[in-house]
Amino acid sequence: MTEVKSNNGNKQRTIYICQGTGCVSGKAFEITEALKKAVAEQGLQGVNTDFTGCHGFCEQGPVAIVEPEGIFYACVTVADVPEIVDSHLRDGKPVERLFYKDPVSGEAIPHHKDIKFYNMQQRIILRNCGRLNPERIEDYMATGGYESLKKCLKEMTPEQVIEEVKRSGLRGRGGAGFPTGMKWEFLRNAVGEPKYMICNADEGDPGAFMDRSTMEGDPHTVLEGMIIAAYATGSSEGYIYIRAEYPLAVKRVRLAIQQSEEKGFLGDNIMDSDFSFQLHVKEGAGAFVCGEETALMASIEGKRGMPRSRPPFPATSGLWGKPSNINNVKSLATVPVIIARGADWYSSIGTEKSKGTCVFALTGKIANSGLIEVPMGIPLREIIYEIGGGIPGNKNFKAVQTGGPSGGCLPESYLDQSVDYESLAAAGSMMGSGGMVVLDEETCMIDIARYFLSFTQAESCGKCVPCRVGTKQMLDILERICRGEGRHEDIDLLQELGKQITAGSLCQLGQTAPNPVLTTLRYFRDEYEAHINENRCPALFCANLISFYILPDKCQGCGICLRNCPTEAIVGDKRMVHVINQEKCVKCGTCLEVCPERFSAVVKVSAEEVDVPSEPIPVTAEKPQTST
Amino acid sequence: MEVKELKEKVKQVLQKYQLDESVLVDILHDIQAECGYLPKEVLEETSRGLGVPLSRIYSVATFFKAFSLEPRGRHLIHVCTGTACHVRGTVKVLEKMEQALGIKTGETTSDLKFTLETVNCVGACALGPMVIIGENYHGEMTPETVGPVLENYN
Repeated sequence: MTEVKSNNGNKQRTIYICQGTGCVSGKAFEITEALKKAVAEQGLQGVNTDFTGCHGFCEQGPVAIVEPEGIFYACVTVADVPEIVDSHLRDGKPVERLFYKDPVSGEAIPHHKDIKFYNMQQRIILRNCGRLNPERIEDYMATGGYESLKKCLKEMTPEQVIEEVKRSGLRGRGGAGFPTGMKWEFLRNAVGEPKYMICNADEGDPGAFMDRSTMEGDPHTVLEGMIIAAYATGSSEGYIYIRAEYPLAVKRVRLAIQQSEEKGFLGDNIMDSDFSFQLHVKEGAGAFVCGEETALMASIEGKRGMPRSRPPFPATSGLWGKPSNINNVKSLATVPVIIARGADWYSSIGTEKSKGTCVFALTGKIANSGLIEVPMGIPLREIIYEIGGGIPGNKNFKAVQTGGPSGGCLPESYLDQSVDYESLAAAGSMMGSGGMVVLDEETCMIDIARYFLSFTQAESCGKCVPCRVGTKQMLDILERICRGEGRHEDIDLLQELGKQITAGSLCQLGQTAPNPVLTTLRYFRDEYEAHINENRCPALFCANLISFYILPDKCQGCGICLRNCPTEAIVGDKRMVHVINQEKCVKCGTCLEVCPERFSAVVKVSAEEVDVPSEPIPVTAEKPQTST
Repeated sequence: MEVKELKEKVKQVLQKYQLDESVLVDILHDIQAECGYLPKEVLEETSRGLGVPLSRIYSVATFFKAFSLEPRGRHLIHVCTGTACHVRGTVKVLEKMEQALGIKTGETTSDLKFTLETVNCVGACALGPMVIIGENYHGEMTPETVGPVLENYN
């Protein structure tokens, strides 16, 4: 039992509700309002209700933290509010039933700092996310915010700033991993005015939400990084290009810009220096390819967001033909910390070639979904099993997908692989912007490859032939294999097409589109062969290759499956063994889901015959002992 | 909405952006927010107002997924088909949604009540499968919760 000193009225206590997109979808706004109301009604002195951006632990949302004691509440609902207010905020007794429970030990953990999901992370980019109110610049300044900008403007020349960032070893967090300092130097040395500084916040990878959370949780750090970059590169104007699908991030960044302007960190003569910088927000309009830098710039110019060939690189001819530089949200969010704590400190974290930390959106078949930040070089196993809490539901791990649609799937044998740019590329995947999707035994690898390819195919802008036509051909083949109509030559054909598309496409979208197919072919070739040669889906996923049967020795004739079948494919009667008409069955799996667990009479098989009667017959199975 | 009224809305938006054709994407966002979609008359009026060929306006309006040239329903449904939602079973949720509304993805119900679309990822992956209706986020959807969720919208 955790005892906290009763509130004596002098001690300030604040309850912070997470208002990131995840928790907001769990009614975080309503919870905040209810808390405010309840605190006011009780007339509690010295108790504040406030909100933060994303904590990263979205799986447990909506989450709330009570400071200064650091009590962490998981899965809070509006109905829990009175108890939190009466018991904890008034009487000083934390509400135990809302504590986070460790998925392995089942132990209730009251304090934020003791939760494995958090204490194994090293948070630099996300240092303030979940710790301050993102809509108040004063909160950010209280943590030393905008001090790095001040240091740059007052004590450092632009060249010194570039040198510091180069020495830190920071590499682009958008995926390609190009050294950030070098990019800045190119722009600094470029001829032509004005120069543009652009932040790429068009986070389009499905299953990735690092940039969204950073902008929602700590928009000022992105701004500060960007202003420092502008000072270093000599840019006078800048754009933050944000996906329109992230309304909350757009709102908070706009507000942050306004506050920053009011404080004199943005605009003319920043902090009384002769450096001026104007910053604008640009909203995307739902095109994945706009994450590619030349497409992004075309979109800012009000054109179709289609990439063009490089060179010329943006540093020579970028936005409106002027020298420009584009950095990812996370790269820029790291900059203020590097300036504050020095390049030596930053480069001491990580591996020899990949410095610092990386942020991943850990999702899929994993117990602790959420946002994590870890030092480069950490093994995949630690991320998935220690921080992520492993695979739920006693299922087996099958693969981890990194790098989104441009990345690849790595099998179990790679779990001890170090996570850094070089190792992941060598394994055929990539760092990417930070999506990490865990797949379990129920995931069909052909379907996953098909899924990613259908994504890139739909998002192909259509400008170059290898991407436009090539991905379509690959997708047709994969769909054929999933339908059970694969041909023996398909595997070779996929490999050949993949090589051609990689070599011949104009931009990274096309160049990397075959990756999910090529890596699954490399590591899960047996699954392709099972589909093609045996008409079998080992994961029991592909609808055309699976069948459902009702076992006559287990069916009790209860009729639940019959009533729930959407296509009336099940025949049977009271106390009669039910039978599925395979012709009518659409393989939706409803019968398997609804069959009472104590009967477990429905089975799912692939390329297997199960001996069942053709017509309903009287029930012979004995009633299970454990009836309810 | 009357054609005259539409034209007036376009005029206001263009003035807000000072007839700057480089912000065409923002202009179309705003016009769509006012009109619900981008009718032909609106594109023509935008072309005239900005002095930009209609073909260019059309090329931008058709490139981006966020823009619609067809009328859309009062409630816009976005079923997230991001990776995390996909592996957690969004396909079945989408199928159930199509079945319940009697339309295919990308279509609008005949009473203009619902439009069904997919979205690549809304970044709420921990709560997948995710369905967004208007501004409301519905997490951990299953085929069984589709009906009850839809009932909340008139």
